[in-house]
Amino acid sequence: MIERTPIFNLVCYTILALGLVIALLPFAIVIIASTLDLHAVNTVPMPLTPSVHFWENLQAAWVRADLGNKLVHSIIFAVSVAAGKVILSSMAAFTIVYFRFPGRYVIFWLIFITLMLPLEVRIVPTYSIAANALQPFQAILDVTGLTSLIAYLFGIQVKLEWGLLNSYPGLVLPLVATATGTFLYRQFYLTIPDELAEASKMDGSGPVRFFLDILLPLSRANMIALFTIMFVWAWNQYLWPLLITTDPKFGIAVTELKTLIPSEFGLPDWNVAMAGTLIIMSPPLILVILMQRWFVRGLISTEK
Amino acid sequence: MAPISIRNVKKSYGKTPVVHGVDLEIRSGEFIVILGPSGCGKSTLLRMVAGLEEISDGEIAIDGTVVNRLEPRQRGCAMVFQNYALYPHMTVAENIGYALKVSGVPKAERRQRVESVAKALSLEPFLDRRPMALSGGQRQRVAMGRAMIREPKVFLFDEPLSNLDAKLRIAMRAEIRRLHRRLGATSIFVTHDQNEAMTLADRIIVMNAGKVEQVGTPEEVYHFPSSRFVAGFVGSPAMNLLEGRVNEEGAFVYDQGRNIALSPERGRAFAGHRVVLGVRAEAARLVSPETPGALPATADFIEELGASRVVHADFDGLPFAVALTGNVRLKPGDRIGIMIDPDAIHLYSADTGAGLAAPARMPSKSVDA
Repeated sequence: MIERTPIFNLVCYTILALGLVIALLPFAIVIIASTLDLHAVNTVPMPLTPSVHFWENLQAAWVRADLGNKLVHSIIFAVSVAAGKVILSSMAAFTIVYFRFPGRYVIFWLIFITLMLPLEVRIVPTYSIAANALQPFQAILDVTGLTSLIAYLFGIQVKLEWGLLNSYPGLVLPLVATATGTFLYRQFYLTIPDELAEASKMDGSGPVRFFLDILLPLSRANMIALFTIMFVWAWNQYLWPLLITTDPKFGIAVTELKTLIPSEFGLPDWNVAMAGTLIIMSPPLILVILMQRWFVRGLISTEK
Repeated sequence: MAPISIRNVKKSYGKTPVVHGVDLEIRSGEFIVILGPSGCGKSTLLRMVAGLEEISDGEIAIDGTVVNRLEPRQRGCAMVFQNYALYPHMTVAENIGYALKVSGVPKAERRQRVESVAKALSLEPFLDRRPMALSGGQRQRVAMGRAMIREPKVFLFDEPLSNLDAKLRIAMRAEIRRLHRRLGATSIFVTHDQNEAMTLADRIIVMNAGKVEQVGTPEEVYHFPSSRFVAGFVGSPAMNLLEGRVNEEGAFVYDQGRNIALSPERGRAFAGHRVVLGVRAEAARLVSPETPGALPATADFIEELGASRVVHADFDGLPFAVALTGNVRLKPGDRIGIMIDPDAIHLYSADTGAGLAAPARMPSKSVDA
């Protein structure tokens, strides 16, 4: 249907343009502020024309927040989380879709229910386990009385300890399980015709071969989409890294932003803070731009 | 090349039986076609041979080994699927060679074998293409190549031609026949298309509702259908079937009250029985309505088949097909007479559909020709 409604079109475009301005304005202010000097950024109202101090602000932010190190930590962290999520969810979905075993619906729904239990809800127990990953086993031993039995028989006090604080495993592992990813993969696997699995069976490949040779290559677009979303999500994590990286040397870029925010009595150098913000938000932005094509394809349809 | 024994094989999904006890002995190198309407269990039977479906009861042995508990890859079967099931992300060469890759055949040998298979199927120009860039017939050939490369003991075909257009289907039919002659592997081909069954099979197995109705050569199945179902299913047009009773004088009386003469000994044998009378369209003759002994009918429409014509007549409200020979001109509504040769009549039990009597000989040629 072709409609000729110039006035309605105009109204639509105006609303869209307004929305765009509202969405982009904060970014514009961040970018402009990061080019100003200390004096200009503190005048009221702040000038809305860029100045020439961009480079020196970037340098100041880089040094003050130790961004060289922190960005590397952040990248390792976000890549591990995203890759972990892709691997885990592709495998979990594979089990759920392709294997008939008792309780697979229960397992699927258990995974699905975790959508309702984000990290923020279970943060105290999760922290406690990260502080000592063997704590649950210790608890089992204590409750069953094995600890005291062993202490009585061998004179050894069993004390299992495996701290994950200030380590990559501690940072990454609690974030790796993902119901969203598993669900995305499950839906994708369901679109793959059964004959493909049967053909590969006739060709003599077992489940692992089928997974590696057929399913993974076919789910490439899916994988890239999930990786991109999860990378951005992990990059922006704040609460968990803040809790677990108690050692200031081990922090990640996003939590490090707080060192850039001027304190109450310090120098109000918001220009440097804004420059730091720009640096920190650029890696996910670059990734999304690079992956855009794949990303959209992976979300809207399967490669035909 | 391997014989296949299917012994009292049953399949049920939960409590629903799908295949009720099938017994078959397939000789080494034989080309078997399983023919039946959709939902008769023919694909299920094939998939049980392949190992894609568990066998609920009974035994399947390939080359003397019971394979019930073997994985598909251990059975030595290759299968061609209805919608080809090619791996979309692999090239034609990779698709064909995948089975060899899985079994760890070295790359050089693999390439050589892929090339020779591609040559046999004239797929050489397409080896680097993806299945997406191929036509239906080419995809079909890739699927065959993928089955051939393993040099399997048994070929299984699950309605492989039903996605092709009519012309290509006939060409592929000839190609499959040729391949079978060359490779000599035991083949089981499932289809609901009787032309395919007739042209390809050494022996046809007609299945209905999970049971085997008849096993025989295409000629036997066509000329001596062993049950009412086979009579109505095989042949185009299907056999004319009239339900009625044999009276005390030994003539067939169908439900509208008219008599059709039977041969005296059959009439005596089945006097008083409720039967179904079957006559092939080409075993009935078209005569002028005044001919003595002719059954009066009205021409309904004439099916033009090019080489031959079939008159679909209205026979006291029942449809009846008669093959037309010669240059008889007919138009819908014309009154015609039908002559039925008592020797060409098939009789089936009206209750069970089982065959009671078949013509003593095959029309126009002898059985053992």
